[in-house]
Amino acid sequence: MARYIIRRLLQMVVTFIGTTFVVYALMFANQNDPIQALAGDKPVSDNVRQVLTEQYHLDDPFLVQYGYYMRSLLTGDFGKTLTGRPIGDIMVDAWPNTIKLALLALFFATLFGITAGLVAGLRRGSAFDNSTLALTLLVVGLPIIVLAPIGQLVFGVKLGWFPTTAGARPSIYGLILPALVLGAASTATVLRLTRASVAENVRADYVRTARAKGLSARRVVAVHVLRNSMIPVITLIGVDLGNLMAGAIVTEGVFNIPGVGSKLLQGIQTEDGPLVVGFVSVLVVVFLVTNLLVDLLYAVLDPRIRYE
Amino acid sequence: MSDLEMAATSELGVRPPADPAAPPGVDPAARTRSLAGDAWYDLRRNWIFWVAAALVVLVILMAVAPGLFSSADPNACNTRRQFAGPSGGAFFGYDFQGCDVFSRTVHGARASVLVGVFAVLMTGVIGLVFGMLAGYFGGWLDALLSRVVDVVLGIPLLLAAIVLSKRLSADRQGSGIATVVIVLGILGWTTAARVMRSSVLAARSQDYVAAARMLGAGPLRIMWRHILPNALAPFIVVLTIALGTFIATEATLSFLNIGLRPPAISWGIDISTAGKHVREAAMPLIAPSLFLTLTVLAFIMLGDAIRDAFDPKLR
Repeated sequence: MARYIIRRLLQMVVTFIGTTFVVYALMFANQNDPIQALAGDKPVSDNVRQVLTEQYHLDDPFLVQYGYYMRSLLTGDFGKTLTGRPIGDIMVDAWPNTIKLALLALFFATLFGITAGLVAGLRRGSAFDNSTLALTLLVVGLPIIVLAPIGQLVFGVKLGWFPTTAGARPSIYGLILPALVLGAASTATVLRLTRASVAENVRADYVRTARAKGLSARRVVAVHVLRNSMIPVITLIGVDLGNLMAGAIVTEGVFNIPGVGSKLLQGIQTEDGPLVVGFVSVLVVVFLVTNLLVDLLYAVLDPRIRYE
Repeated sequence: MSDLEMAATSELGVRPPADPAAPPGVDPAARTRSLAGDAWYDLRRNWIFWVAAALVVLVILMAVAPGLFSSADPNACNTRRQFAGPSGGAFFGYDFQGCDVFSRTVHGARASVLVGVFAVLMTGVIGLVFGMLAGYFGGWLDALLSRVVDVVLGIPLLLAAIVLSKRLSADRQGSGIATVVIVLGILGWTTAARVMRSSVLAARSQDYVAAARMLGAGPLRIMWRHILPNALAPFIVVLTIALGTFIATEATLSFLNIGLRPPAISWGIDISTAGKHVREAAMPLIAPSLFLTLTVLAFIMLGDAIRDAFDPKLR
């Protein structure tokens, strides 16, 4: 187990360096003049240009710049945006909002997805099964850029159940609608997968054995069927976290939540290289660590799985 | 798809006299059906397939000949008509700029279909080559290509697409369709390559491949004539579904202001602008949303239906 974890961590280091390098190269290689982008339409005096160029190592070769960047990144210093704000500060402001949003979305996705999937899987072919299947098909096809503004229109503007925008310091209540929108696609996929794997496991030998032993239906479903059905579902949730991060960009934009997604988008649109690379690096680490945790969770859920 | 249908029709012997392969005196319909024939038999009885196919045909028709649906010019906007209600040919009224919403929605199909089709062609070619080479030759080539797939798959598609399209389109003019196609092609081929690789792996050890090799067929001929036809079905399914996802991703990029640019008409751009004025008028938001959803849904349903037909165990 320990050897497995160490090997995975080493692989993560390689992936991390590879990804940051690619993102760094994409953001910085032959970019437009960042100093001019910073100044907008105003002319930039030669003095200012020189100071900024030195400060940001803009004249050094590309690999040297990357080296500088990684060195400060590893000491926890994300540097400053081109407008002079420390990126660490922005992250401290933005991450709590996005974490709240993502956790809430995951919560809704697992709650609705697993419950409805379990019921549908146990009663295959019933009216409930067929209607949820049709509904998931629709939700999977709904791009988030449709779901977010339409959800805002229906539940925020027309019905007035939720605030239309979350505002600078979003409350949990203000985040419910964005989380439902963000989690919708995950809910649908979790539901489908739970249904499929429950339907398969109900017919398994160990479930028949459990029934034959005289266990109550509740215990058979909760312990024997559900636990064994959760393995593929948990992988999916891990993989979905990446999609959730991407979906957060749109959701946070539409509902005006000052989170990681909206900051990232802002950085991309103002060509703020340091901001984008910093945020993407952290996002990639989050993604990699989640995937590792998911793999380790397998062994907990299914004792037959052993990591060497 | 059309090849598949043609193969299926000839296998089923719909026109017995024209079927030269059928031995005389044997009823062609009574022959055992091939895999493709079986799939087509199932597909014809699946209403989801027909709904999806009808929607796909409709969207393609809209992309090819938008004039059939709306004669109004989507770029003839007049702010005096801002948020005006439906009238004449403008079934959905007018938007913030006073443009005909119905006409813009119809004309938006072209960009989506163009991006989807070309991105799928690109991912298809990359996925086919990588998957075929990795699956057929195995060894270090397989290990290397699989690592590349892992890395590309490890980055969330939208995140990478945002960074990449910003870079690629930095100082270019024009509609941006080519940029979006390239971005999707570079990032989207992994699933197709994986599926192709695993089908090739399965097909490689079949008797007919060994037989072909014994008869002296070279690797290229074996790959092209013997393995490919048997590994094609799941590959086509993945690409059909990918077409839907690519259209959704294009709209998302355009929505975020980094995909297509005006004068290109994109559902994503229209949804983005309409979302800002949703309190004044809802129709400019609902119309492109509806069309985008139906298009994405149609390709996903089509892919699902074909997969079900080819793999009855999954149902």
